Amino acid sequence: MNADDYSTRNAELDGWTIVIESYRVGPRFYCTVSSADPGARFARSEGATQEEAERVALEKARRYLAQTRVRKT
Amino acid sequence: MPYTLPDVLVSTDWVAQHGNDAGVRVVEVDVDTTAYEQGHVPRAVGWNWTTQLCDTLVRDIIPADKFEELMAASGIAPDTTVVLYGDNNNWFAAWALWQMKIYGHEDVRIMDGGRKKWLAEGRDLSTDAAQVPRAKYKARPADTSIRAFLPEVQEAMKRGSAALVDVRGPQEFTGEILAPPGLPETCQRGGHIPGAKNVPWGKACNEDGTFKTIDELRQLYGGVGVTSDRPVIAYCRIGERSSHTWFVLKYLLGFPDVKNYDGSWTEWGNLVGAPVEKP
Repeated sequence: MNADDYSTRNAELDGWTIVIESYRVGPRFYCTVSSADPGARFARSEGATQEEAERVALEKARRYLAQTRVRKT
Repeated sequence: MPYTLPDVLVSTDWVAQHGNDAGVRVVEVDVDTTAYEQGHVPRAVGWNWTTQLCDTLVRDIIPADKFEELMAASGIAPDTTVVLYGDNNNWFAAWALWQMKIYGHEDVRIMDGGRKKWLAEGRDLSTDAAQVPRAKYKARPADTSIRAFLPEVQEAMKRGSAALVDVRGPQEFTGEILAPPGLPETCQRGGHIPGAKNVPWGKACNEDGTFKTIDELRQLYGGVGVTSDRPVIAYCRIGERSSHTWFVLKYLLGFPDVKNYDGSWTEWGNLVGAPVEKP
């Protein structure tokens, strides 16, 4: 067994640059979402298809990102 | 040019060839504590940083007796070669290595590129929890020369006795955000310790998760005046990203006096009366 179809790509989500990592292990697809800066992983999901895994991970990511407040310095 | 202490780093090839050798134990430590179950390097042991690499009652590193038990249960003896790897370019693998060095483990290494590179290369994975024979382990007295506590950091800020390196992202450094995007805010104030230089941890890595060359690393830190002729204290939010930078400075660049301030911003940014600089 190994990871197939491994990919990473950058995307914009609600004003934040994120990194979406996707791969398949056996029949399950996995997706994790990290901030591009500073590179912290904050959402993940799995599913029967890549689309399902990414959709759920991005839903979680959007929810968590909504809690991040940007302050003026 | 090779790293100053190149033996602390092994490649994914090396792990594929030697991960099952007698006297070698591979251990996965992830930010995402569910990642190990998805599939890991065959025969690798998995450690959970939230429960196994810290004191779960007091805010502290793992106590010596718990550390000894973790090593023994993981089939690690004092003379075992331990290879650590994990997600997020080895954040918590470096955290584990730092603690193993505190307790005096001689031969502990990082798999360059971590879990990301292993997956991307399509290498073998296993979902079986590793069954390893129990070992005997006696930790050495804690070596606190690689760990900075608050008074030393305060002294460094006041007197310039050490270079302070803040390895968080630029927006955390300036105080625009209090935690990495998407993660819970864990401090009352944003900003950085006065006088600290901002060198985000990720600048030490290539796109594939491996470490940059020694020349690139020298340029990165030297460019902001962080050099080997002066003590260095690295910090971040909770101490794991800074253990990654600590590893780079201590082993890849060979700085003689580098400490990880694991109290980091969750201590400083909550401390009543602590001076804060922004942006």
